[in-house]
Amino acid sequence: MPRFSFLEWPVVRQLRDGDILGRGTAVTSQHTRDKKPRTVEADHVAHSVCPYCAVGCGQLVYSKDGKVTQIEGDPDSPISRGRLCPKGAASEQLVNSPRRVTTVRYRRPHGTEWEDLDLETALDMIADRFLEARRRHWEETDEKGRTLRRTMGIASLGGATIDNEENYLAKKLFTAAGAVQMENQARI
Amino acid sequence: MANADCIIIQGSNMAEAHPVGFQWVMEAKARGARIIHVDPRFTRTSANAHKHIPTRAGTDVVLLGALINHVLSNDLYFEDYIKAFTNASSIVSSDFQDTEDLEGLFSGFDPETGSYDTDSWQYSASQEGERVGDASTFTGRDGSHYTSGHAGASEAFGAGGPPLEHGLPERDETLQDPHTVFQILKRHYSRYTPEMVTETCGISRADFDYLADSLVSNSGRERTTCFAYAVGWTQHVGGAQFIRTAAILQLLMGNVGRPGSGIMALRGHATIQGSTDIPTLFNLLPGYLPMVSVGEHDDFAAYTDSIGRSEQKGYWANSRAYAVNLLKAWWGDAATAENDFAFDYLPRLNGPAGTYQTLMRMLDDGVDGYFLLGQNPAVGSANGRMQRLGMSHLKWMVVRDFSMIESATWWKEGPEIDSGELRTEDIGTEIFFLPAANHTEKAGSFTQTQRLVQWREKAVEPPGDAQSELEFLFDLGNRIREKLKDSTDPRDRPLLDLTWDYPVDESGEVDPEAVIAEINGRFESGPDAGKPLTSYTQMTDDGSTSGGCWIYTGVYADGINQAARKKPRTEQDEFAHEWAWAWPANRRILYNRASADADGKPWSERKKLMWWDDEQKCWSGPDVPDFPADKDPHDPGDTDAGGPAALAGNDAFIMQADGRGWLYAPTGLVDGPLPTHYEPVESAIPNPLYPQQSNPTRVSFQDRHNLNAPGTSGTHQDVYPYVFSTYRVTEHHTAGGMSRWLPYLSELQPELFCEISPELAEEVGIEPYGWATVISPRAAIEAIALVTERMTPLTVAGQTVHQIGLPYHWAQGTHAVVDGDSVNDLIGMNLDANTQIQNSKVTACTIRPGRRPRGKARQELVEQLQREAGLTLSTGDTRVTAPDFPEGTHPEDIDLSTGETIEESFDLPAHHRQGPQSPGLSEDGKHEQGGEED
Repeated sequence: MPRFSFLEWPVVRQLRDGDILGRGTAVTSQHTRDKKPRTVEADHVAHSVCPYCAVGCGQLVYSKDGKVTQIEGDPDSPISRGRLCPKGAASEQLVNSPRRVTTVRYRRPHGTEWEDLDLETALDMIADRFLEARRRHWEETDEKGRTLRRTMGIASLGGATIDNEENYLAKKLFTAAGAVQMENQARI
Repeated sequence: MANADCIIIQGSNMAEAHPVGFQWVMEAKARGARIIHVDPRFTRTSANAHKHIPTRAGTDVVLLGALINHVLSNDLYFEDYIKAFTNASSIVSSDFQDTEDLEGLFSGFDPETGSYDTDSWQYSASQEGERVGDASTFTGRDGSHYTSGHAGASEAFGAGGPPLEHGLPERDETLQDPHTVFQILKRHYSRYTPEMVTETCGISRADFDYLADSLVSNSGRERTTCFAYAVGWTQHVGGAQFIRTAAILQLLMGNVGRPGSGIMALRGHATIQGSTDIPTLFNLLPGYLPMVSVGEHDDFAAYTDSIGRSEQKGYWANSRAYAVNLLKAWWGDAATAENDFAFDYLPRLNGPAGTYQTLMRMLDDGVDGYFLLGQNPAVGSANGRMQRLGMSHLKWMVVRDFSMIESATWWKEGPEIDSGELRTEDIGTEIFFLPAANHTEKAGSFTQTQRLVQWREKAVEPPGDAQSELEFLFDLGNRIREKLKDSTDPRDRPLLDLTWDYPVDESGEVDPEAVIAEINGRFESGPDAGKPLTSYTQMTDDGSTSGGCWIYTGVYADGINQAARKKPRTEQDEFAHEWAWAWPANRRILYNRASADADGKPWSERKKLMWWDDEQKCWSGPDVPDFPADKDPHDPGDTDAGGPAALAGNDAFIMQADGRGWLYAPTGLVDGPLPTHYEPVESAIPNPLYPQQSNPTRVSFQDRHNLNAPGTSGTHQDVYPYVFSTYRVTEHHTAGGMSRWLPYLSELQPELFCEISPELAEEVGIEPYGWATVISPRAAIEAIALVTERMTPLTVAGQTVHQIGLPYHWAQGTHAVVDGDSVNDLIGMNLDANTQIQNSKVTACTIRPGRRPRGKARQELVEQLQREAGLTLSTGDTRVTAPDFPEGTHPEDIDLSTGETIEESFDLPAHHRQGPQSPGLSEDGKHEQGGEED
């Protein structure tokens, strides 16, 4: 608590600062004056793109100490000219939501609750299941003996919200494995 | 869009769903453009338009067809443009018969398969006397006949046109021959009149005149009109044809390839364009190359010929090079000229394997494992109930998301757990929830709706176990390859030979730039070996170059990530060529050769874009020319050469095999060469134009959980007397996975509501802000009633049509900030045969005051109405109603009104009728679709 001073009386500040109507600097508290925008305190700014619709608005992602602190529209973008819609403007909560789940969760067959599972174990179990499903539903030929060389035991859905590079690896890996049932939101 | 003089938004609520993009509509308006919104609802878009025209959902072809008729009958089309650049003068086979001749069907319809043989739709014999076209129907070596559309192949022409053998159809430049496209078009739309619009769409004559005058007075040399649409067009049976109708109209008016022209597709996900270009879709390979289909692509030559023959005009003639580069990128040294570049490593399709066909296979226990990569089908796909039931048949699933979406929790909570239909302990599905990194926690690119590839920098590390898909997929590939490394089974060679050696950083993460570099392509041999390609025109078909997606070549030109360019807009012109990179070739306006006349001169000073510079002998202007840069406008084209060299100087549509914009599509669509009005599947309005009631090629699934309302058939049309459309609100995103978990957004739009007119509210006794229950033949949901004059009751065919609006972002569950019933549970699976996309925009329902029943009683209410309406598996699924094509007698169907036999009747097969190998006949003579084999 700073020492009391008459000079800090609002009416004195109003006269001193030329804030005639007393609605500006004269009535801001020390607490307010000490506040700074999170964008000023950030130690890193990344150029990004909004993850919601396909307009592709530019975003500036501000972070401090490795944590995203604020997301703003990028004024340089010729598409969005700095603007964001409510979703894009709220996207900091997409990063920092307390409801976000950041550990692997596992539901065993017929289980009634979620369990914890080590990431490494989960990834290895998935690879085993991938190969088993691929084998169980492998179709080498159709009923006329023509080559199919595929499996119908595995399907995937999703791609419109992830990156081009990720879609590329997904299509490449699944196609090489013969898993043809790949789809994304573009079908819906 | 800012350069348009008139913008017609139809099938989209752009201000709400694409608000920041909508600033360019407002910019155009500020510059003097006229804005018109055609939509069943008055929305935020309407509020910003000069005029809102309410319409009946699903009747767009009537309205647009009447505009086509208007401009043709009154000579209001852009004559010089259509003569120079469209196929108006091309002559169609005399075997072709129109819907005017065949009561709503085109020639070639086979009622047994529910599909068309498209032979008669082709252009007439070419100058060499050869048949032109005939590309979308294939005859296999064994003589089996197969229409490509049934594997979704028409979508493979998304970046251009399907092949024709030569681009030399017969033409009559006077447009008088009765078999010219122009005359066929005139006849086809002759009964699409303003009166028909009033009668069918519920649009007044005055509103039609306003729309027609706005379009006509804002088209031509000096002015341009732009259309914008979103899923209000795509999510219909026949949706592809809705868009085609607008394309025909825009070609007739000269509104393609010019500033402020065209048709803007407003897509809804950050990289839904990218995931179509580099497709996680069953029917496509990167760059709109089709997946291989058995019987159709039996060897590499047959495959590439089906995409584009080397002797045809335009850039698809190089299809072999694009395919070789892809195979080379994937299989490296294992892809050689001797083994057709490992063409046999590609798996084969023998029918559609879309998400709805996969669902039917799941219900039949034919799928073990399911990966969800940022998608929530329990809420976001049609018939959510069946989606959840389908997941209960899986052995395992991997859900990669940010939070506990309903597709991860359906086994624990949700409508089927509430009703006791599913019991948690009985469900054998094993579920792995893997936390995903979000857009700030990884670097990579999104492709937005105008094909602009934009790179994102990584801001922070992902928390906890969260991984990017790149890391997850790379790791999965490594594990699979490691587990198979000693395998001698030939089926494992494609995995073991795969190029999968991406560089990783110290934490083991793949460098995404290495992946985009592979997508771009490089020289494999020669003096430039290892260097990135700069253009797809450098791609060869001998294995000396590679590239994972030919249309993206150039994105990594000179070893620089062009998608990451961020030169501020204030430092460049409005094209902003140094902001990111657009495919193809960083071109911002497609078909921009058409911005100049046949002689290469701008149509007008005001609408100048590209022109022929006769001194420099090249195309000049502020954009990248969409044409061979040095091809003179008077060049006749070397037709013997094939490819780009064969293009004449006015063949502005460089991807089409005849170089022309297609008013009439001789190939590429499976439900007709011209858009035709069919009533929506559950419509209670008789088709006013033809005896054929609805689209005869639609894909349907007969299943007790997927019943249709009777529509015009049956005697109980009063059970589901209303229709609803689904839509988005600004504050939420599709199935809610990225919005219902955010407090800000949840506070702004906390709960599900339905929009109804005051007249409907009074008719059924619903109070404003009271509860309402909406019941369809599939499900029942409850919503808060928003009684509003924004909904307009329409008078159509002497009946009052009430439409209901329902946003679809909510779902039942305890994990999100807000919850509510899931609207997509109401929707049935009826798909467009071209795209395999479901209708979500016109669904029959009834609405009652009050909340829905809880627990078991909820589904009992649904079944009670099914019985009242006398629904059977085949209700509303009568494929052919044109009298000249009798569909055969209907055998006894299953009677849902006799309670105790229902279960028995449906027991075998358990859930649905599995279709034969390709679309075929069921016992009762109806076309069915299911999995590929039994």
